[in-house]
Amino acid sequence: MASQQQLDAIKGAKVLMVGAGGIGCELLKTLALSGFQDIHIIDMDTIEVSNLNRQFLFRQSHVGQSKAKVARDAVLKFRPHINITAHHDNIKSSDFDVDFFKKFDVVLNGLDNLDARRHVNRIRLAAGVPLVESGTTGFLGQVAVHVKDRTECYECYPKPAPKSYPVCTITSTPSKFVHCIVWAKDLLFAKLFGDKNQENDLNVRSSDGASSSEHTDDIFELRNDEDIDCYGRRIYDHVFGYNIELALSNDETWKNRTRPKPIYSSDVLSNNQQNGNLDKSCSSSDVALVSTMATLGLKNPQEVWNLAENSKVLLEALKLFFMKRQKEIGSLTFDKDDQLAVEFVTAAANIRAASFGIPLHSLFEAKGIAGNIVHAVATTNAVVAGLIVIEAIKLLNKDLENVRMTFCNEHPKRKMLLMPVEPFEPNKTCFVCSKTPLTLEVNAPHTKFRDFIEKVVRAKLGMNLPTVMKGHFLLYEDGNDLDEDERQKYEANLEKVLSKLPSPVIGGTSIVVEDLNQTLSCEINIKQREEFDEEKEPEGMVLIGWLQAPTDTENKASVQNGESTSGAGTDQVMPLEIAEDEEAEVNAVSKKRNFSEISNSSVSHPLTGNDKTSKNKEVILEDEGDDLIVLDHLNSEMAKKKRLV
Amino acid sequence: MDGEELTEQETALYDRQIRVWGADAQRRLSKAHVLIGGMKGTIAEVCKNIVLAGVGSVTLVDDSPVTEESLNANFLIPSDETLYEGRSIAEVCCDSLKDFNPMVHVSAEKGDLSSLSTEILEKFDVVIVSGCSLSTKKAINGKCRKLSKRIAFYSVDCRDSCGEIFVDLQDHSCTKKQVNETVECRLQYPSFEEAIAVPWKILPKRISKLYFATRVIERFEETETRTSGETSLADLPNVLKLRKELCEAQCISESQIPDSLLERLLLGKLEFPPVCAIIGGILGQEVIKAISCKGEPIKNFFYFDAADGKGLIEDISNPNSAS
Repeated sequence: MASQQQLDAIKGAKVLMVGAGGIGCELLKTLALSGFQDIHIIDMDTIEVSNLNRQFLFRQSHVGQSKAKVARDAVLKFRPHINITAHHDNIKSSDFDVDFFKKFDVVLNGLDNLDARRHVNRIRLAAGVPLVESGTTGFLGQVAVHVKDRTECYECYPKPAPKSYPVCTITSTPSKFVHCIVWAKDLLFAKLFGDKNQENDLNVRSSDGASSSEHTDDIFELRNDEDIDCYGRRIYDHVFGYNIELALSNDETWKNRTRPKPIYSSDVLSNNQQNGNLDKSCSSSDVALVSTMATLGLKNPQEVWNLAENSKVLLEALKLFFMKRQKEIGSLTFDKDDQLAVEFVTAAANIRAASFGIPLHSLFEAKGIAGNIVHAVATTNAVVAGLIVIEAIKLLNKDLENVRMTFCNEHPKRKMLLMPVEPFEPNKTCFVCSKTPLTLEVNAPHTKFRDFIEKVVRAKLGMNLPTVMKGHFLLYEDGNDLDEDERQKYEANLEKVLSKLPSPVIGGTSIVVEDLNQTLSCEINIKQREEFDEEKEPEGMVLIGWLQAPTDTENKASVQNGESTSGAGTDQVMPLEIAEDEEAEVNAVSKKRNFSEISNSSVSHPLTGNDKTSKNKEVILEDEGDDLIVLDHLNSEMAKKKRLV
Repeated sequence: MDGEELTEQETALYDRQIRVWGADAQRRLSKAHVLIGGMKGTIAEVCKNIVLAGVGSVTLVDDSPVTEESLNANFLIPSDETLYEGRSIAEVCCDSLKDFNPMVHVSAEKGDLSSLSTEILEKFDVVIVSGCSLSTKKAINGKCRKLSKRIAFYSVDCRDSCGEIFVDLQDHSCTKKQVNETVECRLQYPSFEEAIAVPWKILPKRISKLYFATRVIERFEETETRTSGETSLADLPNVLKLRKELCEAQCISESQIPDSLLERLLLGKLEFPPVCAIIGGILGQEVIKAISCKGEPIKNFFYFDAADGKGLIEDISNPNSAS
């Protein structure tokens, strides 16, 4: 049991917990049992059925309620006399500013996304409060301690970017099932049911320019008096038949590839075939329960449907959207918890896969890939929560010599399932904790200010409410308190190229980017560069001065977003996704995409070595009696991190 | 695997974990029956983990009443004292545990662990005990082994900020992932009695000191007929005497079992909740591995000490008797 000194520190401590999910439930329980008396917990989420297998403070009857509040009430049942304050709110809300953070002795993260982790990291740095960060994926877990000026901060080393795919792979030459999923979700689903104003690469323009976008756009609209069944078949034949024929006309593309097979609805389904029994579903007035599996009598989500079944599901799903969920059309975005959307995307991806000779997948598997569902079990979360509390107690006792980063391994390494490692020292070039200026290589006369804001300031620097200044000249500001003229002025700036801004941003100049909410300010020196490699540098901008994450386009050793979702396949994904139930996006790289979406997405922690990857090796330091292990990092630059002595 | 498919309800509830261990493993879990004895904090964690995972049934055995001490690390005991009146700790915990997963049958059985008959044990696939004496541990493990049916046996204890898990899966076959292929593996386990009879001097030098220290304390409690954990610092002189005898008999240096570690263990009547969570998490995972026959299980001891933060597997079996 803890010593008296430890117990006093625990009793007097004020703790901030961010996240009441998989790790959060376990953590709140363990904190309460360990004697903590004053705990604040923040979570904006509500409870879902798929949480119940591990978020043990929640019950079926709580579905839809605030995680933070239900977790609080559940813990008070066995520890009624402690103070737990629940905030059902976004951690990024301005209420949780530096002054709020300063009230706490330690911050404990049980989060599921990079964006929120970065946000917390910045505010707690400004507030001078130590942080214990954590994450789990399946049997893998990790706990890290971050103390200002003493250990690395969460952002000292950039996290690998989310897995992304070249546009043409998605639109024309898919070779894996995940490519078909991205096409079905980000292109077809978005085109038919999403925001019509969003740019969409669904209709590949063939090299001879046979289809103009004006013409093809109409194709996806339901025509006046058009029968919904006819509409469905028309869309089907267009995307799986006509578009494939069009693509086939470009011989160059298929020189070294297997030619896809166009599929028309009449090939698969007889013309007058009755699709499902809609009347069965009509009895259900609950929109959330509308499902083609129900109307078509398909029971097992783990079964792989054949081409005819997929075709029926697709047409039925389309019809159900128009008949039952008409109001949502035009504003839908894919959601892994939306059964009908998952059915539609599964079927569309499978038909496309059939056309390209790619093996078909079950709805269960497709859902995992499309929703980028991270595997999660209760036991790893329980272990990680225990480790967080042990580190938190060390921090409260100012026992900084003994804080450790710990890895939970699926397979023992040197007999260890739980492996402690000394924390790393801060990265002197970190723009967050060391305030080091960055350099941006950019083609200033050709780059829109909007691209700079979206791709660099929001996506790379993780700022939510940025202000951009050149000297005293304000070029951009985001926030709710702007008046209309200001808003218009900044909107106009966004459309300009960097060199044409009211105060030109060109090579040799320097700008300051700030997020007052995060109390983070960053100086960026601009360097003019004309040429960029389209494959390696698709953004046309390169940020240097801060160590870059390993690029993740085709690196098999790195994160395999969505590609290892079946069975117990987590162990080959060793660069640990520090995410519990993270709903990262599988994004097509498109210059037109909404980048705030990408900044929200996948994270993987670079601090893990994989014993199966030759790139990583363990450096083992045998100290007398007590050995510690330092892991080399994914790329050589990461290996520059040093042990704290 | 044969057998009925998972229901829609099961698929929805277990979605995230089926993605980890597969639908076959989930089906096997739902048919497994687990007996658990000794309702301390670590056991509460184990119970939570396997009930959430979706085993078929969990049967709790512990007739002792709820005390101030039992509240320390056991979150299954509600604060309302009127609920304890005339009831055993197993019954109180059973009520809380039932809520965690309506698909799992949770019950409390009257009785004493040391007198469990083989007829009762035979109904189970997994037996987990905590806080019992050396002789009870040996006896239950021995009874499990006598049955023609293969029963997975675990014992688990936390003292201070240290924890120990013992695993006996007898003759266990499983599949494990290796790089990109799944391979079969087969493991032979010694019983608890056989394991602790392995001469200390033939064990690897860097073996966890907790292994020896726990054996000394366990032996001390047995000779003094104390219940597990009923020790204090006043026992140190006698424990040090016992250490000397054991080390001399086993031909190892006394420095393998530091005084400071023995002191911690003697004082550690109360479990340290973070360690309960860690040990209970590891053991929960082991039970799931054993039932599903997926993943290489621990052979055959696991140690965690919050003082150094390491979670270590130790294989303590006689190389001569292993097949």
